[in-house]
Amino acid sequence: MTDRLMQKAPAAPLAKNDDSEGMSYLESLPQRLITLYLPLTIIVVILLFPFYWMALTSIKPDEQLIDMETYSPFWVVAPTFKHITKLLLETQYPRWLWNTMYVATGATFLSILASVLAAYAIVRLRFKGSDAVGAAIFLAYLVPPAILFIPLASVIQAYGLFDSPLSLILVYPTLLIPFSTWLLMGYFRTIPFELEECALIDGASRWQILTKIVIPLSVPGLISAFIFCFTLCWNEFIYALTFLQSTPNKTVPVAIVNEFVDGDIYKWGSLMAGALIGSLPLVILYAFFVEHYVSAMTGAVKE
Amino acid sequence: MSTVQTSLRTAVEDTSLAARWQQLRANRNWQAMWFMLPTAAFLLLFLAYPLGLGIWMSFTDERIGRPGIFIGLENYEWLWDDAVFWLSVFNTLLYTIVASIIKFAVGLYLALLLNRHMPFKAMIRAVVLIPFIVPTVLSAIAFWWIYDTQFSILSWSLIKLGIINENINFLGDANWARASVIFANIWRGVPFVAITLLAGLQTVSPSLYEAATLDGATNWQRFRYVTYPLLTPIIAVVMTFSVLFTFTDFQLIWALTRGGPVNATHLMATLSYQRGILSGRLGEGAAIATAMIPFLLAAIAISWFGMQRRKWQQGNDND
Repeated sequence: MTDRLMQKAPAAPLAKNDDSEGMSYLESLPQRLITLYLPLTIIVVILLFPFYWMALTSIKPDEQLIDMETYSPFWVVAPTFKHITKLLLETQYPRWLWNTMYVATGATFLSILASVLAAYAIVRLRFKGSDAVGAAIFLAYLVPPAILFIPLASVIQAYGLFDSPLSLILVYPTLLIPFSTWLLMGYFRTIPFELEECALIDGASRWQILTKIVIPLSVPGLISAFIFCFTLCWNEFIYALTFLQSTPNKTVPVAIVNEFVDGDIYKWGSLMAGALIGSLPLVILYAFFVEHYVSAMTGAVKE
Repeated sequence: MSTVQTSLRTAVEDTSLAARWQQLRANRNWQAMWFMLPTAAFLLLFLAYPLGLGIWMSFTDERIGRPGIFIGLENYEWLWDDAVFWLSVFNTLLYTIVASIIKFAVGLYLALLLNRHMPFKAMIRAVVLIPFIVPTVLSAIAFWWIYDTQFSILSWSLIKLGIINENINFLGDANWARASVIFANIWRGVPFVAITLLAGLQTVSPSLYEAATLDGATNWQRFRYVTYPLLTPIIAVVMTFSVLFTFTDFQLIWALTRGGPVNATHLMATLSYQRGILSGRLGEGAAIATAMIPFLLAAIAISWFGMQRRKWQQGNDND
């Protein structure tokens, strides 16, 4: 099923990437070196250095970590996988990774389901007050978790969901639905409504139109929304920190911050390995769907 | 006799009920209600209700495990006289203003660089966004290690270069700690600003630049009179989001300093967590969180009116 969806997704929009020279003939090479390549290199190096440092630290033996005189700190001699195996075998890291994956997948599916329905209703059913509902959903996007986590903690407590990953699956959609509804509204608008009129004349119900026409045509939008939501869930911190108490139930970001912080000077290797492994799934996902991710990010802003 | 009558009547009712049911099914408002139901349920239960509850809680003395009673403005009066609260307001404003301005400047500059023609353009653009993909807490942990008191790679490099003599206490000294968390925030925010502004830049037609160049416009004039006016709407949106997310930032601070040293990096969000959840004074925590709302509304209003003004200047037809 997913394979078929992927195949149907048209190649990422590359229309803007024309290779024409434009006005660049007006510049000489030295000029380009100074005004383009030099600043760009500096910025990219600064942006990537923390990841290099993370990766390097996670494979560095302990004695090289704390002895910066005999070994150059920028490189590693005799790399070791000790930190990574220690992390995976001696801590509950695999469990945390699984929790994060479970919460992110569950919340993302719920949100996409809800926002497909909502976006379709707002864009195509044009019910009474649909514009106001659209605006209200956009406003919901502007409500930050930082002002909601205290009342939500007591709501979650009242529902008996405290310390359960299910609480996060139910709460994260409030962050994701506004964004993905807004994104999908943009996609649904681009679908010619003549298609829907034809289907209506042929006797299709609204539900059939949605599942047989609109959804297949907006697969790129759904992928964008999915990737972006999944990343947001993985990244979320304050709700997870507030709602989850017991160690085995934690998600990776919360566990990394709370479970490794002891006075041990040798914690750094495992800590960096944990940060690296926690980031990898997202980076891999991103590498496959760069264009979708970027269009999600910019699409939501452009609307 | 009577049975026939009743059955007749039910039959009539049945058909009219069926007809009404058909009518209802075709009614778009009725259909839309079912389509909107899941979204409305989530947003009302877990967003609108907690928002209201939070404001209510800020007027009570609720603690963890004990329901609160209404105490009026007492929480706010208490906060008004609390130096730590005002310090956190100051820190939040400093953090937001400095980080947003630098994010905007560097992000716009980076967007302009990325918009130029160069080899491996697509790959460089993809790589630039990585800091935004990686969970904030995990990159904050990397920064924590980079800012370590003893084994900081920054201190080590600066000592080797002969610029300083002893390790900088990045997260232990008040001003250094503020600068460090602001830097980490900028580092994470720049890719977002740059890539979204780049998307805006790509919609600017190259012929405008060619025309401006023929008219003898300098680089700066091309930016000031072509790029900037066309980019203003998207700048307003991007910076609104950037300001909102910076103002309510929590995770970066919590992972790096937890508000320390001596509350020097406490933002309103972290103070609210500390008072509300860790100390268990939910009412006071909710009051701090509620105190952020006016600032957020002000930020939204400013960008909203900025956009309206720009729309009016450009004629209302384009976005």
